[in-house]
Amino acid sequence: MKADDPNIKWIEEPKLGLAGKMYLPLFAQGLTTTARHLVSKKVTVSFPEERPQIGNPLIYRGVHRLNKDEKDRVKCVACFLCATACPAHCIDIIATESPWEDREKYPEHFAIDELRCIYCGMCEEACPVDAIELTSFCDLTGRSREEMVFDKEKLLSVFDQTKDSEPMRSASMSGVDQPRGRDGGSH
Amino acid sequence: MDPTTLSLLITIAKIVVLVGALMTAAAYFVLVERWIAAWVQDRKGPNRVGLPLTKFRMFGLGQPLADGLKFIFKEEYVPKNVDRWLYTLAPVVLLAAALAAFAVIPFGDTIPVDAGAAGDGETSTGSGFIKLLVAPHVDVGMLYVFALSSMAVYGVILGGWSSNNKYGYLGALRSSAQMIAYELPLGLGILGVVLMTGSLRLDLIVSHQADVGVWNAFAQPLGFVVFVVAAFAEAARLPFDLPECEQELIGGYHTEYSGMRLILFLIGEFMHMITASLLIVLLFLGGWHFWGLTGGEFTGWVDAILKIVILIVKTVAVILFFMLVRWSWPRFRFDQLMSLAWKVMLPLGMLNLAVVAVLNEPAFQQYLGGGSTFVFVTINILVAAVAWIVTALLQPLAADNRPRSVEKTW
Repeated sequence: MKADDPNIKWIEEPKLGLAGKMYLPLFAQGLTTTARHLVSKKVTVSFPEERPQIGNPLIYRGVHRLNKDEKDRVKCVACFLCATACPAHCIDIIATESPWEDREKYPEHFAIDELRCIYCGMCEEACPVDAIELTSFCDLTGRSREEMVFDKEKLLSVFDQTKDSEPMRSASMSGVDQPRGRDGGSH
Repeated sequence: MDPTTLSLLITIAKIVVLVGALMTAAAYFVLVERWIAAWVQDRKGPNRVGLPLTKFRMFGLGQPLADGLKFIFKEEYVPKNVDRWLYTLAPVVLLAAALAAFAVIPFGDTIPVDAGAAGDGETSTGSGFIKLLVAPHVDVGMLYVFALSSMAVYGVILGGWSSNNKYGYLGALRSSAQMIAYELPLGLGILGVVLMTGSLRLDLIVSHQADVGVWNAFAQPLGFVVFVVAAFAEAARLPFDLPECEQELIGGYHTEYSGMRLILFLIGEFMHMITASLLIVLLFLGGWHFWGLTGGEFTGWVDAILKIVILIVKTVAVILFFMLVRWSWPRFRFDQLMSLAWKVMLPLGMLNLAVVAVLNEPAFQQYLGGGSTFVFVTINILVAAVAWIVTALLQPLAADNRPRSVEKTW
């Protein structure tokens, strides 16, 4: 595109006032702004000592957990909807026949590769029984790739750690009654 | 021990102390620069590195050591098609020129060894006086600093040219154009001071300000502004850092440098800033003079130490100003930079020089009699204000680069 292209629309720049022409008043103004920021409150979070404030933990997408029902059983019914919805293919489920009356299947093996996961929350959206949820844990570390593949026990233990700070969206297995979360009740 | 050897030893000791102090100061100013950059952007800045191998953090005061070690252990990569000899020489030239300029800069007033005893005052060998100055009695002191600060441009140009890189060469070209343009206002700013003092020696310039009691910044506000702006440009600090702007020229003349050679360049730049700040303080802000605290004459050891402290405090304050300005002002465009030098700073500097020359005319001084200092300051401030407003209304920096006339010519 050349400078005389008819498609270019030239706009008149705003006229400078006397302060702008004099330069020094505006310079003093800019210097005051920087000086104010120099002493103002800092936004840095010194991470290992301080923890970042997560606005609403219920809508934050961190490490997954597998919820338990009131009888301390895993809520998951091994329907594979989360694994199907997962765009990163990081969920690995092996289903087997359920020992309990109220459902046909349950996961014998349930593993999420936390390194492969993109934390999009699609599994949480897809789950019909609200068994899989994303917590507000964001600092995830491990010494090997294998360690970062979270199996069922690990995911259930994440639930035990976070169930008090982040209550389940729905207590029962069906996932429709008694919404308890902060954003619960909106749907 | 004969006086010559003694004098030589004292001078060497002074040089060792000075270079050591300057290197440490430059390293810590890098830390301060990073702190200021962080604080202005509402961050905390480097605050982790403390004593090595311990948990003491000391607000990040160990950072310069870590930075230095990092540079030392980095691979010193030399690109294939560089002119190796000049490539190696360039950072050395820059740093040597920057360090050598400190030889004539006084860090305090002359101190008699035993106050009251008459020393000869003409030697630095300890027979009567201690001079906080590596090379005392260099009567061309100011010219020497000038010459060396221009020498530093050679380092920049050699670095840019020998590294055989477009960005490096553009940076070097810009640097040379900028240095030539701003050398003139810088000289005009100094000339006003020299004319008033009647000497090129920095210590005499300071003692003149101390005697009169009015700092040159107030006596010649126009010269002060011109000199400060030119000093910013000479030190290639923002808003005049076009030789090495990271966004356009990926570092400019030191694009191809790494490891120790790069750190030589960076230290050289900081030295420039320290020199510029010291010159601003010595020439315009009264050096070691402060009303009510230190006068022109030696009154005791407390006074002597106080003078050094005052000089350092003033210099650090000016350096902090340099660093704050970096985050307050965007970079000039190159044509604006040139217009500022030739159309604004040069005429203003000439005007200042003319006014000072007229006011220093003995006939005029005689006519005024006793209150000459007051009249001098008043006239200078008035001239500065009027000149500034006139320049502002003329808008010499406004550039219209739109193709308005294109339709007519086509």
